[in-house]
Amino acid sequence: MADQSLPIAGTVDVTPPRRSTAALLEWLHGWVVTVDHKRLGVLYTVYGIFFLLVAGAEAIAIRIQLAWPGMHFLSPELYNEMFTMHGTTMVFLVGMTIIFGFANYLVPLMIGARDMAFPRLNAFSFWMTAFGGLLIYYSFIGGFGLYGMGAAPDVGWWAYAPLTAKAFSPGHATDYWALALIVAGFGTLGTAINVIATTLSMRCRGMTLLRMPLFVWLMLVVSGLTLITITPLTAAQIMLVIDRYLGGHFFDTQAGGSAVVWMHFFWIFGHPEVYVLVMPAFGIASEIIPVFSRKAIFGYPAMVAASVGIAFVSLGVWAHHMFTVGMTSVSNAFFVLSTMLVGIPTGIKIFNWVATIWGGKIRLATPMLFCLGFLFQFLIAGLTGIMLSVAPWNWQLHNSYFVIAHFHYVLVGAIVFNVFAGIYYWYPKVTGRMLSEALGKWHFWLFFIGFHITFDTMHFVGFLGMPRSIYTYEPDRGWNHLNFIISMGGIVQAIAVLIFAWNLVHSYLKGKKAGNDPWDAWTLEWAVPSPPPVYNFAADPVVHSRRPLWDLKHPDDPDWKYEA
Amino acid sequence: MMRENTAKAIRGISRLVLGLIVFCAGELARADAAQSQTNIFAPASTPAGNIRDLSWFVLAITGGIFISVGGLLAWAIIRYRERKNDDESEPPQIYGSTQVELAWTVIPVLIVVVLFLTTARIIFAIQDAPKPQAALDVTVVGHQYWWEFRYPKLGIVTANELHVPVSTRLEPKPTFLHLLSADVDHSFWVPELAGKTDLIPNHPNDTWIEPLRTGVYLGQCAQFCGVEHAKMLLRVYVDTPEQFDAWVKLQQQPGVQDASVAAGRRVFETEACTNCHRITGTAAAGTFGPDLTHLASRVTIASGAARNTTVNLHAWIEDPDHFKPGAQMPAMQLDEVQVNELVAYLNTLH
Repeated sequence: MADQSLPIAGTVDVTPPRRSTAALLEWLHGWVVTVDHKRLGVLYTVYGIFFLLVAGAEAIAIRIQLAWPGMHFLSPELYNEMFTMHGTTMVFLVGMTIIFGFANYLVPLMIGARDMAFPRLNAFSFWMTAFGGLLIYYSFIGGFGLYGMGAAPDVGWWAYAPLTAKAFSPGHATDYWALALIVAGFGTLGTAINVIATTLSMRCRGMTLLRMPLFVWLMLVVSGLTLITITPLTAAQIMLVIDRYLGGHFFDTQAGGSAVVWMHFFWIFGHPEVYVLVMPAFGIASEIIPVFSRKAIFGYPAMVAASVGIAFVSLGVWAHHMFTVGMTSVSNAFFVLSTMLVGIPTGIKIFNWVATIWGGKIRLATPMLFCLGFLFQFLIAGLTGIMLSVAPWNWQLHNSYFVIAHFHYVLVGAIVFNVFAGIYYWYPKVTGRMLSEALGKWHFWLFFIGFHITFDTMHFVGFLGMPRSIYTYEPDRGWNHLNFIISMGGIVQAIAVLIFAWNLVHSYLKGKKAGNDPWDAWTLEWAVPSPPPVYNFAADPVVHSRRPLWDLKHPDDPDWKYEA
Repeated sequence: MMRENTAKAIRGISRLVLGLIVFCAGELARADAAQSQTNIFAPASTPAGNIRDLSWFVLAITGGIFISVGGLLAWAIIRYRERKNDDESEPPQIYGSTQVELAWTVIPVLIVVVLFLTTARIIFAIQDAPKPQAALDVTVVGHQYWWEFRYPKLGIVTANELHVPVSTRLEPKPTFLHLLSADVDHSFWVPELAGKTDLIPNHPNDTWIEPLRTGVYLGQCAQFCGVEHAKMLLRVYVDTPEQFDAWVKLQQQPGVQDASVAAGRRVFETEACTNCHRITGTAAAGTFGPDLTHLASRVTIASGAARNTTVNLHAWIEDPDHFKPGAQMPAMQLDEVQVNELVAYLNTLH
């Protein structure tokens, strides 16, 4: 079944003949000037994985410093730079780039299009984001800060005013932070516009909105949300730069500015941003779980509605990051309610995934293992989210390690797990070779165990009153053993990620040949060769249901008979 | 056969090892929890107690959801996993069910209603609690990286160690805290007494505690405020009414004038110390740093970064970075004799 040739698999070969001279330079040049959505998708993803390793190394440095009270592995200054850069990198240079990498590569293939709507904007967006990343990392060598040359931003990734004011953050580290995020933000906006235009106007014949794969739906929703949320962030960054250079007083409390306004700006970006990152992960899970359960997704319309619902509600919950800043009791109650409401569509999604597995034939290949890990972890992350939404309890938990545990459950337990799942699932399509299953299993189990050692334990040290952002702690607080356990788990995770990196390289050179459709899947990207040719489809495909390849493989029992 | 046995043995051993790890981790966690003086589940004050009760309720509900949904998920994975002797056929395709979707929408809605109403009740109970006549007022000012405590009605200014009276059912004596910041954002958090509230410049906040047991309660700044955020520690002494009155009387005195340490006092008054510190009864009237009028009555120095001993005080004055690299106090480049005289003087400031 897997290698059956399908009528839409024909291709037009438009690759120019290879020349032998200066091959390497030409190859590089090809990647730099490319406007091909697939190459840009790969660039985004490789860029994201590179920074995943960088920010992972920063996390390990943080954990070595905290493994025992009174460690002197990092100075206080360097520790503060490490956690600021870890957070900023993971959100803006890893999370955003990898999800847009996936979107770039997969959205056109999944909707039967030959490229994104605006290929040049696409390339522009990638390079803006890439330069944003280089700019912020340049601060490590070129930023002149309070402690001399080589000062990276050290104000936390939330950069609360007035710590970012000139008076408290002299030097340029904070400027690098603000400018880099403005630059990267423009790239993000460009890609979001591109994804929306592509899904709305480039779908092949028969691909109605309600036949789009859920991954495409989620990317559409996420891109809309991105347009709404990156805007206030960019505005706030510009205001911050005005404060720092032109004597503006937006956030400068010494001149009557407001620290709380920055918090509102930041979190009205920051909270929907979590959904911007996690919803593509939902999309990945919604593609992989059905294929490896051998069943259609349960409740497709409910899944779409829940995604749109989450996006809307997520715009009205930001101040649950601010229960301790002294809002009125009525505002606190409002944000408790809105936050709890997010739990309803999120719950619906979890139930539908479980129902998809129910009655299936579950193949426990590496992509599915990561998705199942995601389901458990996301369930817990949702429930700890409910705990944090209970404002009075939040007064205790806010800014404690419980919060760190909660959002790493979302960002690692849900997003990173699904990104790994997605890479194992689509790597054969991108490279034409399978990733090693044996290494994949090692990667999964080590990462899974390391993840739980680290982040389960973090909840408890939070209950015991350990606040975040501290470079060391007193030995008499009862946090010693727990911190040591957390750090050990970090090392196990690091080993797992190195195995993954090795798997990526090794399998690229020596992996098993994949063929068009190694997983016996159902969406359009599996109908074209691996790797897909330039311009994807020789002839525009026509689809009749949500699972076009299922229809082709089961002409006796096609989906379009049953779909409403 | 051989391979199967080995595989079984490996599985058995790994289970044993995993079990051992979980057991050890559990024991260590228990040991840590027993030692902890900042445990949010061991409240000693009314608001912290209310929060603890609410959190048990929320934990019970979320725990129930976890067990039921997680259990279903685990069962589905085990029951429906692919077996070796499965044929190649696809399982029956089920596309959805409106009734089922409705059911699992309505149940979470009901849970949200219950959780929200319970939460709202506690929000109003804590946040809008009326202030009794007998309440003690304290103004807390956050500084990079220390705490200033002012008792406006008692005329006391001190730092880093807050003294409050214990409250009893017969004589309720809560302490109401007015929270200000002199520079950046900070957050006041003593987990066993109350949840945290931020100290934000240009944005005064209020919170309250009502400690029901005497003792020392630990906390620290919970909002990143700069280099030494980690060493902006906080101690709250909950005294008996008699102890508290005695403490108040002592703190209301001007700084001790002991002729035997006049040399140290001279160093203090002639060096730059007076720009930042205050000692009532002397020329020193600075407000940038902690009030030192009764420094010797405090247990710690440097906002809890070190014990208040002669040796530590000496090391601190010589080079504040020794305990707190990045602290705002500069090393004053005093010679050994001056530091010794100064420490001798500060030690008399009871």
